[in-house]
Amino acid sequence: MSDIEERVIRVIAETQQIDGNNITRCSTFAELDIDSFDGINVLFAIESEFYISVSDDDAKQLRGIADVIDGVEKLLAAKQATTQS
Amino acid sequence: MQRVAVTGLGCISALGLHVPDFWKSLAAGVCGIRPLTLLPREKLSIQIGAEVHGFDPSVHFEPKRLAMLDRFSQFALVAAREAVADAGLALNREAATRTAVILGTGVGGKTTDDEAFWKLYGEGNPRVHPTVIPRLMASSATSHVTMEFGITGPAFTVSSACSSAGHAIAQAFFMVRHGLVDTALTGGSEACFTLGTMKAWESMRVMAPDTCRPFSRDRKGMVLGEGSAILILESLEQAQARGARIYAELAGAGMSADAGHLIQPNEQGAARAIEAAIADAGLSLEQIDYINAHGTGTQVNDVTETRAIRRVFGTLAEKVAISSTKSMHGHALGASGALELAAAALALHHGILPPTINYSEPDPDCDLDYVPNVARPKALEAALCNSFAFGGLNAVLVLRKELSSRA
Repeated sequence: MSDIEERVIRVIAETQQIDGNNITRCSTFAELDIDSFDGINVLFAIESEFYISVSDDDAKQLRGIADVIDGVEKLLAAKQATTQS
Repeated sequence: MQRVAVTGLGCISALGLHVPDFWKSLAAGVCGIRPLTLLPREKLSIQIGAEVHGFDPSVHFEPKRLAMLDRFSQFALVAAREAVADAGLALNREAATRTAVILGTGVGGKTTDDEAFWKLYGEGNPRVHPTVIPRLMASSATSHVTMEFGITGPAFTVSSACSSAGHAIAQAFFMVRHGLVDTALTGGSEACFTLGTMKAWESMRVMAPDTCRPFSRDRKGMVLGEGSAILILESLEQAQARGARIYAELAGAGMSADAGHLIQPNEQGAARAIEAAIADAGLSLEQIDYINAHGTGTQVNDVTETRAIRRVFGTLAEKVAISSTKSMHGHALGASGALELAAAALALHHGILPPTINYSEPDPDCDLDYVPNVARPKALEAALCNSFAFGGLNAVLVLRKELSSRA
């Protein structure tokens, strides 16, 4: 499990007060009983964890943990590219 | 039981400082949504709003009085003055005891609250001004309206988020209907453009960055507004006896709670409020020709509201004209139900349906007649006004063409 994956799962477990062992990369929000407003709370915590900002349009596309991990990786890579340039 | 007439309107919003501007803009499909001027836009990702423009409080209030007035109370007073003058109300001592003031607000004196506590927490100034509490209390607008006109009957403030004005008007309506008072000043007021409030709305991801497009497939959310609308309600008997001009009869009110989710709207809860309102008015579904929708422009509200209307009206849903005037005056939260009831009363009075503007493409999940973009002439018999608040608190009001002007 990558560091990002581990942190995403930890943040979601903390925010939703659920056992992190029940969350995998393949879990969907629906399976984890994360409704749309829970999802917004989760994203807020993810943004704080990684110092990133997720646009409203991107936020609407998220359906599960893999989407969040991929999105975080993309945003972190973009941030690194900006810092380096 | 008394029938209840709407005999006066006052209104300040992004569509102007007075009712004639409001109606002219509604009928012309003018959008009051613009880049924000009250807040530092560089600190916001959502940079638009439906602010009241061209409002100079010093034109309306003496400096000493102004020091006691939060922006939301200023709006309420300006609208109340217009409504009382519009109705030609003369409140002598006896009449004043038989008059109620019942206003709605979502958050009350937010601007005062924000400024005062920024000085304390942000600037480290330990002194908080003695006018802060009387300005910020949610009931202050109501108190100021009683003092302005010497009204000594029942007066209080109702708060139910975006349904605040709807619930307030319902209470005033029941009081006049049941003879507790002869006259009521009712409606709502909101002024919550503060940086903190706007940031908090942003983080809920329900705000549109472009504009408000209710029921349109490409809608991106709501746009915050501000303002106040005040309506004068009187027993029909009193209104007719004094020869008052009657915009419409307020014929019914229906309320419900979803008992569901703090944020997600609920089709059944909304439908129950609509059904209760129509039953209370003693009307049949066929008699309702227009619905001023809650129509916030969020994905979920507009679909849920469409389904609720279908649930109540069945196949008749396709014959009802529906519009969201929030596309023009924004979502003024606790004032919105009053702005929208004023819009519906004017629609009945003038026989013109205000449109849903910024409507660009049909959404298969919102498949009713939303009067897209252009106002429509139509003689109306009865109209609904929907308010569905966060927390699942719903208030629906029914207006009807007043008796004497009915065929």
